[in-house]
Amino acid sequence: MIRVFLAALLALCLATAPAPRATAQDAAMGPLQALVQSRADLVADASRRSVGEVLEILIASELPGVPGFLARWQARELYQRQSDGLFVYVQDADATPLTLIDIDTGAVIGTATSREVAQLRPNRGVQTVIGSALVAFQLAAEDPADRLAALAAIDSAPEDIHLALVQDLIAVETDADVLALAEVLLPRLVIAFDRDDADRIAAIESLAGNVSLSARATLNPLLATTTGVATALPEGENIARVLNPGTDIDRDAAYAMLVAQGLAPPLVSRAEQRDILAANVIEGRVAGLPVAQLGTDDARDTAYAALVAQGLAAPAPTAAQIDESLAAHVFFETYREASQAVTDAASATLGGIDTRVAWFRALDLSLDGLSLASIYFLAAIGLAITFGVMGVINMAHGEFIMIGAYTGYVVQTLVPDYTLSIAIAIPLAFAVTFAGGVAMERLVIRWLYHRPLETLLATFGMSIALQQIVRQIFGTQARPLTPPDWLAGSVAINDVVSISSIRIAIFLLGVVFFVALWLTLNRTRLGLEVRAVTQNPKMAASMGINPDRINMLTFGLGSGIAGIAGVAIGLFAQVVPDLGANYIVQSFMTVVVGGVGNIFGTLIGAGMIGGLQKFIEWLNPTNTLAAQTYMILFVILFIQVRPRGIIALRGRAAGD
Amino acid sequence: MSGTIFTRNRSVSIFITVLTLLAIAVTALSEGYGTGALSVSFTKVLGMTLCLCLAALAMDLVWGYCGILSLGHFAFFGLGGYMIGMWLMTARTEQVVRANLSEAVIPPTEGEITAATASQIFSVVGATDWPWMWAASDSLILSLVLVVAVPGLLALVFGWLAFRSRVTGVYLSILTQAMTLALSLYLFQNDTGLRGNNGLSGLQNIPGLETVGQDRISIWFFWGSALALGLAYIGAAWMVSGKFGNIIRGIRDDEQRVRFLGYRVEIYKLFVFTFTGCLCGIAGALYYPQAGIINPDEIAPIASIYLAVWVAIGGRGRLYGAVIGAAAVSLLSTYFTGGRAPNLDLGLFTIDWVDWWPVLLGLGFVLVTLFAPKGLGGLVDLIIRKDRA
Repeated sequence: MIRVFLAALLALCLATAPAPRATAQDAAMGPLQALVQSRADLVADASRRSVGEVLEILIASELPGVPGFLARWQARELYQRQSDGLFVYVQDADATPLTLIDIDTGAVIGTATSREVAQLRPNRGVQTVIGSALVAFQLAAEDPADRLAALAAIDSAPEDIHLALVQDLIAVETDADVLALAEVLLPRLVIAFDRDDADRIAAIESLAGNVSLSARATLNPLLATTTGVATALPEGENIARVLNPGTDIDRDAAYAMLVAQGLAPPLVSRAEQRDILAANVIEGRVAGLPVAQLGTDDARDTAYAALVAQGLAAPAPTAAQIDESLAAHVFFETYREASQAVTDAASATLGGIDTRVAWFRALDLSLDGLSLASIYFLAAIGLAITFGVMGVINMAHGEFIMIGAYTGYVVQTLVPDYTLSIAIAIPLAFAVTFAGGVAMERLVIRWLYHRPLETLLATFGMSIALQQIVRQIFGTQARPLTPPDWLAGSVAINDVVSISSIRIAIFLLGVVFFVALWLTLNRTRLGLEVRAVTQNPKMAASMGINPDRINMLTFGLGSGIAGIAGVAIGLFAQVVPDLGANYIVQSFMTVVVGGVGNIFGTLIGAGMIGGLQKFIEWLNPTNTLAAQTYMILFVILFIQVRPRGIIALRGRAAGD
Repeated sequence: MSGTIFTRNRSVSIFITVLTLLAIAVTALSEGYGTGALSVSFTKVLGMTLCLCLAALAMDLVWGYCGILSLGHFAFFGLGGYMIGMWLMTARTEQVVRANLSEAVIPPTEGEITAATASQIFSVVGATDWPWMWAASDSLILSLVLVVAVPGLLALVFGWLAFRSRVTGVYLSILTQAMTLALSLYLFQNDTGLRGNNGLSGLQNIPGLETVGQDRISIWFFWGSALALGLAYIGAAWMVSGKFGNIIRGIRDDEQRVRFLGYRVEIYKLFVFTFTGCLCGIAGALYYPQAGIINPDEIAPIASIYLAVWVAIGGRGRLYGAVIGAAAVSLLSTYFTGGRAPNLDLGLFTIDWVDWWPVLLGLGFVLVTLFAPKGLGGLVDLIIRKDRA
């Protein structure tokens, strides 16, 4: 017990004992410390404006410890000892007591509690200035990776001083990657900071045809304008254009500018008029008019005019006065950039870039449309068989897609490797939904072949039952179906055109399905029998084909394909119990638009619906719901023109 | 084929008697006028069920008698609700706004009241102006006209396009479903003027009847719904019993043959489609003031399929079948999904009706379609045959 007490006492003594004093006047003070101490107040209490002076001195000193010092300072890892003002680093900012380290030698010079040292906290502005000074050191670093990092830092926050640094770097750089990045960066720095307009124009023109985001981000600020108003066009400014009130600029906005500049009397809005009237109520009357009568605009105008006549309110400008004020002033946009040659060059270059960007956008849009089309195709291809070939309206088709997606999810919970699990999930989903389809055909659908509308009701019943059962098992929350890493990224051609790998995979899957199905239907015995049974079941039966068996297999095939489509769709959509319900109407439309009984039709239908939807989205990009709405309306009208779809079966095969 | 509709079709007099007895019984048990055994909310459920029966009756006319499996009639129902909902919401909000502004020092102008009403209604979708489709919302008469006119016009245009190009059977079903989806997606958008997915709410407050409690309003709406259903039943029975009925049944059974006999099949189909669209609009306009809220979810394609399923379960091609099906399925659904049904304890497994009712319902559709194509109405046939035997 006594020993514990003594130990505690000892600890207390150690903690409160004065730290070994090393005053700033110590002879051991290193050259960096001495330099920093000479501007100690500027370091300890740095502002964006004052920090430049300290940095100049530090950089000029060429001391080896300067880059490390700056990095620590910027990262808020520099401390000052309260007792003597010595600048120190600490070993571990969370330890107590803190271990202090000399900024010149890196040697431990003692300990201190966190109260005895002050952490220097340069604000964000100061940090930025220090950061750009650090860049100079980093650009001179041995490791190319460091130089790349420095260029990236310049890229995110370019400063005046960087121009010369990057120019110097390009002159001596040998590493190809660093050189490439520096050469991308240089025009931007030249345009922003060079003082010679000819150099800047050359830099602008060097960007011609460059559709990258950074090129556009470089040029766009040059064309930034501010709106101004004056009695005459100002001399010596780089005027972008003159604005005509009513056509180029809203008349109200123009007048508001005049008011803001004090060039015209303010308007009195109805609300302001009401407030002024309310403020002038005397014994239930405003300017002699009873308050109760002020329920119309005319009466209020009269009362307000009376107030103006009494000098109690400011007169509101009349329409004629507003016209006069607008006519007496000129409204214009000026470029922030002073040089007209530069803005002309920038707008010409940017115009060329915009044209190219528009072409690439169109390409991107086509790829988007193609990708959406392949999703619709995948969702609809199973239906093209069950509905298109067999004529069965399967409202539970969407649920087979959903079951396929959940199969993928279950496999992923059992097999952790994503690539392997997808490889297992695809055949398994086919097997599960094939079995489901066969069971449904045997139990329900085969009794209803002569009553197609009732198949709709029965399969709808199956659809809500299946959805609810899945909801019971897996819950309503979305389940993840994670794509393997090699499918997770995207392929970018440039800053405008990019497409995610998963969409490419879905497109390829669609192509594979299409080819496989076409071959199955047209080149195999099964396909022949399917087509025979579809066209004339009785005749097929008398040729020795078992229509029951063929119907069962065909329906199973259609359902199985839906299951595989489910795995693919689950990779990018959320796996929820009503996943399939979201695709069912579109799938039916795809099949109907394309033409029933023909997988080519489904392909074209999907292409048309997907492409059209993306096109409408492009016309009104903020509203995908509207795109879907108009796309459906288009489909409804399209069916008027071609009631049997794009590829209509003719003759006896069309049946009815 | 002589005599009044009541003697020609026995089900009419039975139906009207049953409906009258039900109305009397509900009134006698209601909180507003009777003993209070029926709660206000249950009275509303009954009134709403009658409206659903009316929609099902319309569905039976168009599907059971004319053979057009429309998956869009619940969209017409919803449109009717939206049309009356706009008036209810405008009038009600305007009253609230007037009450608020009456405190102001200066009496408000009409313009200020309209603007304040609009900003109150549309602030939820970030707008302050009246969309064009609300132009008629300040007039009850115009809104009542629109209740019939808007669904009717949509049905007319859609039906004309579809029947003219001879879209029939399954294709027509899919097309009507697409129309329903398009309409609900349109309504879901916040900037199309009908408050997006917020829908219209507070519809149970009837302007001008603030002093009347919901206990009596619910009964009035019940009477209104019963009256509409009764009249529609008589009208529908009259329609299907005469020559017109024979023709549309002919169209159902063999459209080509009726066409070759010289009848303008498209005109008949268009008339039935439009007329039933209007009926559904009226049913919706009676339904949503009782429900109190309408939103685009109500119009989703699945609702129209349910409507067809009710008719199928009740028995197509017989008017009372549709009514029985709609009443039975919707009341049972309300009961089982309302959480009031006791859970069934099977020892190992407890059946929670809220969760398992949809499964049962779905499998029920399958079984009815497979084994009882005549639906519940088929039971009536059995009873009648037993009587005669």
